[in-house]
Amino acid sequence: MKKLIAAFVGSMALAAAPVALSAEATKELKMAYDADPVTLDIHEQLSGGILQLSHMTFDPLLRWTSDLGFEPRLAESWERVDENTMRFKLREGVKFHSGNELTTADVKFTFDRLKQSQDFKAIFKPFSGINVIDDYTFELVTSEPYPLLLNTATYIFPLDSEFYSGQTEDGKDKSVITKHGNSFASGNLSGTGPYTVTERKQGVRVEFERFDDYWDTQSPGNVGKIVLTPIKENNTRVSALLSGGVDFIAPVPPNDLERIRNDKNANLVTMSGTRIILFHMNQERVEAFKNPKVRQAIAYAINQEGIAAKIMKGFATPAAQMSPAGYQGHNESLTPRFDVAKAQQLMKEAGYEDGFTITMMAPNNRYVNDDKIAQAVAAMLARINIKVDLKTLPKAQYWPEYDNRAADMMMIGWHADTEDSANFYEFLTFCPDADSGSGQYNAGNYCNPEIDALVQEANVETDLDKRAAMLQEVEQRLYDDAAFVPLHWQDLAWASKKNVNIEPVLNVMNFPYLGDLVVE
Amino acid sequence: MLAFLVQRISQAFLVMFVISVIAFAIQDGLGDPLQEMVGMSVSEEEREAIREELGLNDPMVVQYLRFAGNALQGDLGNSYFYSKPTLEVIAEHLPATLELVIGASLIIVFLSVPIGVYAAIRPQAWLSKFFMGVSTVGISIPVFLTAIVLIQLFSIGVTVNWFPSDTGWGQWLNDFFTTEGGLPSYGRGDELTHLFGTWESGFFTGTGLMHLVLPSVSLASIMLPLFIRLIRAEMMEVLQSDYIRYARAKGLSAGRINFLHALKNTMLPVITVGGVQIGIMVAYTILTETVFQWPGVGLMFLEAITRSDIPLIVAYLMVVGLIFVVTNTLVDLIYGLVNPTVKLTGKKA
Repeated sequence: MKKLIAAFVGSMALAAAPVALSAEATKELKMAYDADPVTLDIHEQLSGGILQLSHMTFDPLLRWTSDLGFEPRLAESWERVDENTMRFKLREGVKFHSGNELTTADVKFTFDRLKQSQDFKAIFKPFSGINVIDDYTFELVTSEPYPLLLNTATYIFPLDSEFYSGQTEDGKDKSVITKHGNSFASGNLSGTGPYTVTERKQGVRVEFERFDDYWDTQSPGNVGKIVLTPIKENNTRVSALLSGGVDFIAPVPPNDLERIRNDKNANLVTMSGTRIILFHMNQERVEAFKNPKVRQAIAYAINQEGIAAKIMKGFATPAAQMSPAGYQGHNESLTPRFDVAKAQQLMKEAGYEDGFTITMMAPNNRYVNDDKIAQAVAAMLARINIKVDLKTLPKAQYWPEYDNRAADMMMIGWHADTEDSANFYEFLTFCPDADSGSGQYNAGNYCNPEIDALVQEANVETDLDKRAAMLQEVEQRLYDDAAFVPLHWQDLAWASKKNVNIEPVLNVMNFPYLGDLVVE
Repeated sequence: MLAFLVQRISQAFLVMFVISVIAFAIQDGLGDPLQEMVGMSVSEEEREAIREELGLNDPMVVQYLRFAGNALQGDLGNSYFYSKPTLEVIAEHLPATLELVIGASLIIVFLSVPIGVYAAIRPQAWLSKFFMGVSTVGISIPVFLTAIVLIQLFSIGVTVNWFPSDTGWGQWLNDFFTTEGGLPSYGRGDELTHLFGTWESGFFTGTGLMHLVLPSVSLASIMLPLFIRLIRAEMMEVLQSDYIRYARAKGLSAGRINFLHALKNTMLPVITVGGVQIGIMVAYTILTETVFQWPGVGLMFLEAITRSDIPLIVAYLMVVGLIFVVTNTLVDLIYGLVNPTVKLTGKKA
């Protein structure tokens, strides 16, 4: 009977479309992720979980579409005023959860707060300021021409300035960002997003309810209530879906892909991801790695396609560069170069025919099948007489070792926060420099100032075609130089019950736009 | 009695002191808590500033003394992840664990006593042999495997078509092995009854009880065989003793002999072992809670380890140490009640 009424109400609303489609948001969605958001303060941490929360409870100025384009959200339109300035027009009549109306004052407040945030300030470093023109017009100004201005603007989720200003009862500033300890913002939120947080028990569950005055009445979303349960254990998460306990899960472990694909009640969506998994070869620790021939030999010895097919069960896209397809730097011509004979030949030419022994470290609970991948790579290197002493560690212990560059080859996975190629180079292949912080995760100590200069040049090139050509050249040179050993881009997977239409709201950034989710 | 309690309380302090020292000594090996607190792209400078703020750069001894000073005032520090006092976090998670342990204990008590006694009285009966066989299997299967099998059978459900379905017996066997599923496989459900403080109970609602079924059975599966065997062995020994023979000769009914006179003496060692096992069960809940996403202290502890949430790890270990001391003390007290000849402080009678 309930179903019948729901169906009836649904058809009534459809008949009355397009007026207030969101008024029929009556469905409940139970979802299980591997973690719940650590805080309600979206500026406290830059992580997947927090971005997911941001998209549920706030709205960005603009957001990525599934083909890596942009679509306007709170900013209606934008135009470049001059090389360093972009003017945005804000949507009118948008309400925060508190009832306050969105104006440029809120955007300015948010921008200033982002500049303060320990996690976000690096991304906003190229920005010199924000000019408020009137209540609905503002300009973002960069100190140099900045081609990634719009990419970065996807991180601006306007906060309710009135709500986050002033003092709490015990005299603390409401706008303060703290990494630890209770701040006002870590427990309260007011955004413009499709959902409000109605109940939160950290580590146990978060409940969201559809915001009645949500501005986007065109959104097809019909979910009125979302219950998010963190389920860390892969098996349990999958069981929860298969037993009907939850409607939507992510991530889906590769070992269970087949099981879900074969289940008649479940729906599986996979997508090639943008997180590159690679090994660095530390030139400071191993003399032989200074020789490009040895590095190339290693690059030839690794069978990326084998790893993707056998260990990842097809759940990865073999890589020969860092930039995934869709990124400006992605160079079509670079493909995996597995050839053991060639690798042996190169080792011979380099004078290391008899090989040598190295140490290798990898995490064992950070990336999908990370320890197995490391074992496979070690076995492949044995074929060119490089004997590997492998150690795998839980991530909590691995990263301190990584910071100390404790092994000759170390694994890392990287996702570019800016969704742009340059971010990869800046963190992973730039000459390490403690003062400027560049090359912070370059555990290979690879250093080529020419390449760095080329990237810097690309970073102020606003002609995107020119810029793409420059970045692709960078990829090519890194490839020729075998600066690192790329393995694959880890795929993404989500699964739901058949009646939950997740496909249209998913994207490669891995923050589903749940506001637009339709449940049948 | 008083001397006994004083002795135990000072023991508890000693245990907690030793645990805290050990926990502090190994914290460097637990990883860098900052990794979970900041994004990957945060610069080393920013990290250093946060470390300084948290006092992680101070020498170990300074950190320990600061911790010990606060601990003496009942403050075990703030969890990095929960941003709350660690004791508060533990208090929030403890009821879930206790309810799970209570659920498992009830299953153990109500099954192990009758089965153990039956197996002792009729050791040759086929049913006894069946129970003993099953309990051998039960004791050798790890709890997470039991849990996964239970979830598959009773939560997801399995359809069996191993036997020819066109024959009557085949169809019957297929139906026999096919399960419907439907039992909840994770968490405690939505309907919890608030009792007091941080205690929210699942014992008073249908869904709450349903959520308890699989986790309790899994947890009980570890201890149940042990208790059945223990009770059986003790009971068989007691049944051989003289006073039982006299009772039989006197013509007392079998029920009175078995369940009043024999069982009472059987339970003495069972209580000792039981008390210790309840403490161990708290440790086993880590596995069970992980598989069932049961929001108790076990799961909380495991996640604290992956997040290097050191204050929470230290506080948890200390609380568990305290629980061990307390349960052992209670066991000794109960022991004294059951067997008045036992003297608590070990003085001569």
